Amino acid sequence: MKPRHKKLVFILIGVAGIGIIVALVMNAFRSNLVFFFTPSQVIAKEAPVNRAFRIGGLVEKGSLRRENDGLTVHFVVTDTKHDMNVTYKGILPDLFKEGKGVVAQGRLDSNGRFVADEVLAKHDENYMPPEVANELKAAKASKTPL
Amino acid sequence: MSTINWYKYASPASFYGLAGKMIPGFAALSGILFIVGLYIGFFVAPTDAQQGEAYRIIFIHVPAAWMSMFIYVIMAIYAGIGLAFNTRLSSMMAQALAPTGALFCSIALFTGAFWGKPMWGAWWVWDARLTSQLILFFLYIGFISLQAAIDDPKRSDRAGALIALVGVVNVPIIYFSVKWWNTLHQGASINLTRAPSMAHTMLAGMLIMALACWMYAIAVTLYRVRLVILERERHSTWVAQLLKDMK
Repeated sequence: MKPRHKKLVFILIGVAGIGIIVALVMNAFRSNLVFFFTPSQVIAKEAPVNRAFRIGGLVEKGSLRRENDGLTVHFVVTDTKHDMNVTYKGILPDLFKEGKGVVAQGRLDSNGRFVADEVLAKHDENYMPPEVANELKAAKASKTPL
Repeated sequence: MSTINWYKYASPASFYGLAGKMIPGFAALSGILFIVGLYIGFFVAPTDAQQGEAYRIIFIHVPAAWMSMFIYVIMAIYAGIGLAFNTRLSSMMAQALAPTGALFCSIALFTGAFWGKPMWGAWWVWDARLTSQLILFFLYIGFISLQAAIDDPKRSDRAGALIALVGVVNVPIIYFSVKWWNTLHQGASINLTRAPSMAHTMLAGMLIMALACWMYAIAVTLYRVRLVILERERHSTWVAQLLKDMK
């Protein structure tokens, strides 16, 4: 092997080694890298206690309720397996909608209710014009009675 | 033998001429593609059902983010080749690529913030995708400043190559972060394994813009590498000859 080929092999081994180290570290810190917990994880007690964290999921359809002050809202976050009641006082982002993704930051109170101090809308990766969206909705609606 | 001698263009002196001949073509192509892409983006592509007009940021955000990752990988490969084989031109290419990569990286970060405020409700969140993209930006800045800090080009190339190669592990982390962890950033709309989850005109506009950014990056990098070549070879006879011919 020529010296320069040896050097190349060393570099490749070095990069692979760093890759493995980073992968192991990332794996070890996996739980710290999650941006939010799902309701199922919260119920399984995987979420931190006595500390603020974020929950994420879909806003359950028909669950959004506004109090008379016009600012306090109650809604249910679901991952389709488990639900979580959320209370929030503040302005909701534009993309916040029932049936859409949401991430809320806050903590659990003693009744198991999640009190949020920040609500973020989570957008999905689908981009389509309104007409297509309406057609999809209509197609879905015509299928449901079956 | 009638085959082209590729090694000829590994010499900075002959690549200087070749790069000069290639720049106008790539620059013109990039200009045309930018006009077509922006036209589709602003006037042809339909409004998005959920986000309204604000989604149009993807026509610049996504191509810029792609380019920032892609350029980093190319830069690391050039820097690695330069480190392994002591080829001067590859190290110069790495040096020439870095500012363009950093530019695309900051465009991706800023446009993302402008979109994030109305859509998510936050300019910035520390989720895995955003954080790893910010680290990429710091890697670019680190590479550029480390190279600039050392006067001897041989040593500055070696130091820069080290940053570039160590940092390259960050690129797959950025790309797969939305899959591996729960992030606020949405997943990829475009994937090699399944049909893209976006309307055709939107997709076309985005791909044309990506191509435009690509051509722009090539043209600018070639322009910059010519300057790097001149600067590093300023004491050589061919540069002296070149200057004499220009007068």
